[in-house]
Amino acid sequence: MIEVKNVYKSFDGNIVLKDVSATFDPGKTNLIIGQSGSGKTVLLKSIVGLHQIDTGEIDYDGRSFIGMNENQRKKVRKEMGMLFQGSALFDSKTVEENVRFPLDVFTDMSLDERRDQTNKCLERVNLKNVNHLYPAELSGGMQKRVAIARAISLNPRYLFCDEPNSGLDPRTAIVIDNLIYEITKEYNMTTVVNTHDMNSVMGIGEKVIFIVEGEKGWEGTNQDILESDNPRLNDFIYASRFLKQLRDGHI
Amino acid sequence: MKFLFQTGKYLWFLGRVFKRPVKGRMFLKQVLEEIDDLGIGSLGIVAIISVFIGAVITLQTAINIELPIIPLYTVGVAARDTVLLEFSSTIVFLILAGKVGSHIASQIGTMRVTEQIDALDVMGINSESYLVLPKVVAMIFISPFLVIISMGIGISGGWIAGFVTGLVPSEDFIYGIQYSFVPFYVYYSLIKSVVFAFLIATISGYCGYYVTGGSLEVGRSSTRAVVVSSIQILLFNLILTQVLLT
Repeated sequence: MIEVKNVYKSFDGNIVLKDVSATFDPGKTNLIIGQSGSGKTVLLKSIVGLHQIDTGEIDYDGRSFIGMNENQRKKVRKEMGMLFQGSALFDSKTVEENVRFPLDVFTDMSLDERRDQTNKCLERVNLKNVNHLYPAELSGGMQKRVAIARAISLNPRYLFCDEPNSGLDPRTAIVIDNLIYEITKEYNMTTVVNTHDMNSVMGIGEKVIFIVEGEKGWEGTNQDILESDNPRLNDFIYASRFLKQLRDGHI
Repeated sequence: MKFLFQTGKYLWFLGRVFKRPVKGRMFLKQVLEEIDDLGIGSLGIVAIISVFIGAVITLQTAINIELPIIPLYTVGVAARDTVLLEFSSTIVFLILAGKVGSHIASQIGTMRVTEQIDALDVMGINSESYLVLPKVVAMIFISPFLVIISMGIGISGGWIAGFVTGLVPSEDFIYGIQYSFVPFYVYYSLIKSVVFAFLIATISGYCGYYVTGGSLEVGRSSTRAVVVSSIQILLFNLILTQVLLT
């Protein structure tokens, strides 16, 4: 479980996160939703330690991440996997080298063992015969799947996904969502997904935290969203004319 | 104030760069790749510049000697000392600041804006050390070889230009390059090259590492890396000359 307590974060005096508290449950896909610029990416990057928070607490299964020194943080980081918005695959490395990279750095496995584990991860994300290709030779959806394979190569306890569907067509987006959901269940990970894609919210949002103007505006499940009377959440959810008409019974 | 801030940040960055690599074997592989990429990949431009500049130094010196009492071997002396003292270290490294510096800054800057550095950080890897230290070690290792190669090719270029144009007979030039030779000039040049290699790799790495924004900023950081590295090379050239030759 990941606990975020009273987190504040500002950039050059501009407050981006205001007193955000939330818990992210293990074995579930926890979604952070909100419109662009609401602070959800800053929250996600603060949780993984890419941003230093001003005040507050971030605990990983009871371990205070903020109070840790660099070496202690390294141990927690080995339990993390992250899927970035643009995949963040290493351009100069092949698919196999990308997925194998965490194994190369952090394990004493033999090359054969590392290759086996790499192939298992690639098979898990339904990729075959791409080991020798470079990221630039892959489609956006394939890049995301390679990034997921890299993220799970060390069997992490925590998986973070920053806008996993950005730039993907709806069909591929569903494939990626389902993959994240299945892997979460399989590895019993605490998964935190940052998104503004309503298909993802309704599809895999077992727990949803709505961020608005840097504050937590709402919390619940994907089923609760449809029944919520929170005006700011409804503004966000029913921003599209189609969904509005659906809600009002015109379709 | 901004200068002090940047200097402090650069020194802090160096503190992060010079940390023990995660895995020795992986680090060695990276260093070898960088030697190939940054060092061996620069051999061509170093050779081309050296041969032409060596030739031009010889021709200009020969043409400008007007007094008949000045022996022709003086051209060899002048070409040798110019190549040894300034050209093969300072000028070659100013050129390398452009080639290698912009390469390092744009490579690391692109990794920054495409979140590849964030990916390393999330994994718990010291990204400053992982990305920059192999380049620093590779540049420091390869720079003396580049200087020696440049010296050889530069002086050879002068010798060829001298006898091809007929301005300086081969025997005079060869006598000149041996006349009153000071071996310390070679060491002086090698010491300078190591310092310049360090400056190029670290300053360019620093400029690339702290890029914020997109491709435009990557381009700007690349330009800044070249400008700042060049200025620092000139500044340290002055300091090292004062310290080592006086």
